[in-house]
Amino acid sequence: MSKKIFFQLLIFNFLAIKKVFAAESGGMPQLNPEFWVSQIFWLTLTFGILYVVLSKIILPKIGANLEFRKSQISDNIEAADNQREQSEAKLKEYDEIIFKSKIEAKNILNQAREKAFKDINAKKEVLDKQIDNEIKKVEDEINQLLKDAPSKINKIAIDTVSVLTQKLIGAEVNNSSITAIVEDLSKRDGDKYYGN
Amino acid sequence: MAANPMTQFEVYRIGPEIKIGAFDISFTNASLFMVVSSFAILLIFNLGSKKNSLLPNKLQLLAELSYTFVSKMINDTAGSKARPYFAFIFSLFMFVLFCNMFGMIPYTFTVTSHIIVTFMLAAFIFIGVTVIGFMKHGLGYLKLFVPSGVPAILLPLIVIIEIISYLSRPISLSVRLFANMMAGHTMMKVFGGFVISLGIVGGWLPLSFSVALTGLEILVAFLQAYVFAILTCIYLNDALNLHH
Repeated sequence: MSKKIFFQLLIFNFLAIKKVFAAESGGMPQLNPEFWVSQIFWLTLTFGILYVVLSKIILPKIGANLEFRKSQISDNIEAADNQREQSEAKLKEYDEIIFKSKIEAKNILNQAREKAFKDINAKKEVLDKQIDNEIKKVEDEINQLLKDAPSKINKIAIDTVSVLTQKLIGAEVNNSSITAIVEDLSKRDGDKYYGN
Repeated sequence: MAANPMTQFEVYRIGPEIKIGAFDISFTNASLFMVVSSFAILLIFNLGSKKNSLLPNKLQLLAELSYTFVSKMINDTAGSKARPYFAFIFSLFMFVLFCNMFGMIPYTFTVTSHIIVTFMLAAFIFIGVTVIGFMKHGLGYLKLFVPSGVPAILLPLIVIIEIISYLSRPISLSVRLFANMMAGHTMMKVFGGFVISLGIVGGWLPLSFSVALTGLEILVAFLQAYVFAILTCIYLNDALNLHH
């Protein structure tokens, strides 16, 4: 089968080669003026129609389309720019508000702190004064007590001495003489007992 | 005859013979592909400009990319003064590009592989640019042929060279496109013929060449359309902004 095809091809080849060599060079058909006028006519007609339709209808439309798209895109870009600017302004405003409110908050805090300090100071002063007064009063009392203490002790001593002497010797001793002795003693050695 | 690499360039009548006076303007296969190319351009760009969505679909993207591509090309080479000629250069670029590309489809006809077509386009551009130049600058446009900073002795020679180069513009412009397209298609046909003649035994080498050439030719098809358009821009730039 394949052999048959091969031979067929071989024969066909010889035929083809024969045809190639048989073909005489007939020159260039382009230089045959038979259809020149026809070609010029049809070229003018088709190219003319092509030019007119393209220039009057189609090209302006494509140009307008391109222009339209360009303007639309630039419009969109412009709008986007606008919006960005607006948002930037808003952001600035917002930042400012936050900054202002921060300052305000700080001020309020400072004021409150100052006020609290003032209050505390005032209260402290009052308290200090009260405490001082109390201390003074107590000190006065103590001083009074200290002042009174020797005479009271003397009196107790005198009483004790008179009672003791009465019990020991059974005689009434004159109070005034005991008083004199005690006072004399307390005057001499009072410092040792009371530290005044 | 099918193996003759030049047969693909033959023009033949499709339908009846149409005559205006002595001129034969019959509809031919060349006319057919001019119509097909123009129709394809109009269809694609009409669909691409129909719906204007912020996120373009594929066709819209194609149309808009082509628009900005040509617009940028004109702006870069001829400046902002060339704005009114944008539609013409866009049509020219697209027409040449589509004709070239349709020619890459097997069994089609390549309109731009005919010198008469490219020459008509180039001649129209040449005349148009010259008219624009004279309208913009009056006789001052002739200063184009007198470059500044040239020694007086050399000036006559330079002027002659400049004039010749200016006058040969339409020829170079048209022959460049025509020769590129014709050479490429002829070469592809020749290699295709080799594939057949060498058969299954030796045909693989020309076949791989043919594949590579197809890629190259698609590149050339785009490149030549681009070159054609950009040279038009450069000529236009000479006419609009007299630099010399």
